[in-house]
Amino acid sequence: MLLEIDNITLLYGRIQALHGISLEVDQGEIVALIGANGAGKTTTMRAVSGLRPIASGAIRFAGQDITRMRPDLRVVRGISQSPEGRGIFPGMTVLENLEMGAYTRRDGAAIRQDLDRVFGLFPRLRERMRQPGGTLSGGEQQMLAVGRALMSRPKLMLLDEPSMGLAPMLIQQIFSIITEINQQGTTILLVEQNAQQALSRAHRAYVLETGQIVKSGTGSELLHDPAVKDAYLGVA
Amino acid sequence: MTAVENHQTAQAPPPVKATDRTVRGWLGRQPLPVRILVIVGFAILAYLLPYVGDVPVLGPQVVTQANDWGSVLFEISYFVLLAIGLNVVVGFAGLLDLGYVGFFAVGAYTVALLTSPDSNFGLKWVWLASVPVAIAVAMFSGLILGWPTLRLRGDYLAIVTLGFAEIIRIFADSAPLLRGDRGFGSIPHPPGNNPDGTAIFSVRDATPYYWLGLSIIILVILAVRNLDRSRVGRSWLAIREDEEAAEIMGVRTIKFKLWAFAIGACVAGLGGVMFAGYQGFMNSSTFVLQFSILVLAGVVMGGSGNIAGAILGGVLIAYVPERLRGIEVFGQDLFQWRFLMFGVIIILIMIFRPQGVIPSRRRAMELKDRAKEVAPE
Repeated sequence: MLLEIDNITLLYGRIQALHGISLEVDQGEIVALIGANGAGKTTTMRAVSGLRPIASGAIRFAGQDITRMRPDLRVVRGISQSPEGRGIFPGMTVLENLEMGAYTRRDGAAIRQDLDRVFGLFPRLRERMRQPGGTLSGGEQQMLAVGRALMSRPKLMLLDEPSMGLAPMLIQQIFSIITEINQQGTTILLVEQNAQQALSRAHRAYVLETGQIVKSGTGSELLHDPAVKDAYLGVA
Repeated sequence: MTAVENHQTAQAPPPVKATDRTVRGWLGRQPLPVRILVIVGFAILAYLLPYVGDVPVLGPQVVTQANDWGSVLFEISYFVLLAIGLNVVVGFAGLLDLGYVGFFAVGAYTVALLTSPDSNFGLKWVWLASVPVAIAVAMFSGLILGWPTLRLRGDYLAIVTLGFAEIIRIFADSAPLLRGDRGFGSIPHPPGNNPDGTAIFSVRDATPYYWLGLSIIILVILAVRNLDRSRVGRSWLAIREDEEAAEIMGVRTIKFKLWAFAIGACVAGLGGVMFAGYQGFMNSSTFVLQFSILVLAGVVMGGSGNIAGAILGGVLIAYVPERLRGIEVFGQDLFQWRFLMFGVIIILIMIFRPQGVIPSRRRAMELKDRAKEVAPE
């Protein structure tokens, strides 16, 4: 297993946000976390990237316990994240934003290769290279967030709501690029409200409700599960 | 390859040039010789400022009436120094520090304790020997304050720093070691003699202090500018723009925030050292809270995040009140109204030019972005 989350709980002050979540992501997979607002999807991501300390449980990455590891060292180990709300640096140009993605790396030549790779995946970003991140459209910012997360050459990419606020056409494009990134060898843990897209792209998925996992299975299993259909896919 | 459809994909990609990399202001876009010329020109003019009163017609308008022009220039120089230092903390790293004067006081008191005959230590060091110690102590106090507090964000940090400055002031007021109101006298001046054997730095002429201050400012600008363009500066920028995103990128946010605090404290300490050497006397009433607020107001008015803006801000807060001093309107000295006027000016600037008079272009982008978050289009 590349990532193992073992019965973690997490508190925001007195409020318990996660009630013992366990999940696994295998090398090469796309795993989706779906669920309503406030179910704990983003909180789980933040626990994995180390932005928020967990109260109990353990997180292992590539066989190593990272439960108490500093966030920057997790990046070095190979976890990168495209955060909720994209987290673009508004005053940095597109290029500078991408360079921030490679912040922990020192291998200049390889960074330039990865820059070309990102520009290959998102030609739009090359056109906008010199533009401040704050001036991009929502879709472009999403591409930048995903591209930036690629720049650390991650083993595991955490994508938080990559479809949020995008037009349907763009959602299609962003998901096909996510699939392509996965096929090029990056494991992906994806948080989505757009369950339809997420489940049809993911190998496996977990359904979260109020800080607990209530269901898991392959993407297509869940896609055809009556309860999931009813609650998350908007078809009766 | 399922790339986003784009009519330009077939074309050869334009190469990445070094000049493409950053968001630049007006000066940054000029060719290098022009940039050097402008900067050296400004520096020379700054060194000649003590003689500006001799310029016909215009000169007498610039110099202050009620106070010695050389003293005012020196006052401007340490305010500018403080503004540059505070700009590292507030403008570069985005940490709201309301107690910046605390570090200024630490620097000044260290000099006083080491050099003044009034000090309990009885060391009577020369001024120059106390300089490195004072800077180190100020920097250390920045680390001490920063270590527990920099985990706080925004308003919380502002409140803690506010408390810090008050603690220093009250401590200076009541601790026997720091002599409260009685203060420290006979703090030695910086060393050096004129060719005729008289001391360069004396109570008779403030101009040499101004030149010393200006030289220190230039060195500090060079150091701060280099830091800002290094990996450290990039880390500050990331923290300021989006602290959480910076952390996700692998920036050790606490470490770089501590650095900003320590460097800011170090520059403030340097200001305190200059101040003590010039004044020769200081007591606990020297370091009032308004002082911190005034410097912060200068940085914000001038253009937070931009060294040129910070300099302008420092000049404004020190020069304008002194220029107004001695001008009477309806029997009132305008100097007394300085804080009211600053209040009005700050409000006007915040309404019409929230990024400051000489803004950092990045800063302007960040403000726009924040406005978008508050009221999406």
